[in-house]
Amino acid sequence: MKRPEPVIQVKRRRDLALSVIVNQVPYIEFLGVSFDRHGDQLTATMAFHDDLIGNPALPALHGGATAAFLEVTAIIGLAWTSLWGEIEGESLDIEAVQTGVLALPKTIDFTVDYLRPGLPRDAYARARVNRSGRRYASVHVEAWQDNRDRLFAEASGHFLMPQRDG
Amino acid sequence: MTQSEINAARQFIDAIPHSRRLGMKVEQLGEGRAIISMPYDTLLIGDPVTKVIHGGAVSALMDTAGGAAVVAHPLAGLGTATLDLRIDYMRPATPGQTITATAECYHVTRTVAFVRATACDADTDRPVATATGAFTVAKGRA
Repeated sequence: MKRPEPVIQVKRRRDLALSVIVNQVPYIEFLGVSFDRHGDQLTATMAFHDDLIGNPALPALHGGATAAFLEVTAIIGLAWTSLWGEIEGESLDIEAVQTGVLALPKTIDFTVDYLRPGLPRDAYARARVNRSGRRYASVHVEAWQDNRDRLFAEASGHFLMPQRDG
Repeated sequence: MTQSEINAARQFIDAIPHSRRLGMKVEQLGEGRAIISMPYDTLLIGDPVTKVIHGGAVSALMDTAGGAAVVAHPLAGLGTATLDLRIDYMRPATPGQTITATAECYHVTRTVAFVRATACDADTDRPVATATGAFTVAKGRA
């Protein structure tokens, strides 16, 4: 029987793949979004900063910042899910990916529901890929702040999958 | 709407921190209509291969233009929040070009404002994205 891969090596491979996917997108850094990984589950965090405010009187997050956060979470979640098999099969060529050949899914449409005002503090989001085909994928995203059960926004979108050779 | 009401609405929109951070500028405002531009910036790139701006930044532009059209509507008050926003992406915006969103608040009830918007780059014949949304209505001016 094959020996199980050492846990440190497994984590290093997964975290490297995730950082390569995330770090290639300047806008993710612009928004202040980062990703935590537990196994194959990703949780996105948008760290609060004053530039995210849309209504200074309340204050509340800008609806556009919330929409962007959800869209970033959906795209990275979808890319991550679709690459997971290759990451685990160790067939993903990380070096090739680092040189910029990894194409991300493209948004076809995206619908955001605003459930309550975004508070001036960190926000979290998780994406669920409801359907992923060769060409199209459907993704749902939920975002919350202090309380996981009190969503402040959710979104659904359709995405065009990158066409990859081999 | 009086000119001073339009000026107040313009000041209100110009003061939105996230829109300022994205470099947005109010190009035109009045009677339930808003035109807002967002210059190209490499910080906003969503696709590292093509250098195309991230859809999220286009969403933020659409949301700002939609909200601006609402506060510029004679029957809505100063201040609004997005209830929902749907965006359709027709094509990637050309890297290097300013994106301009035109939003129209086409119906207002006592509680809800309905908006549609179109975003274009320099090629104004082929929209980059369209959006429809519903926004809250602050207490009317009347």
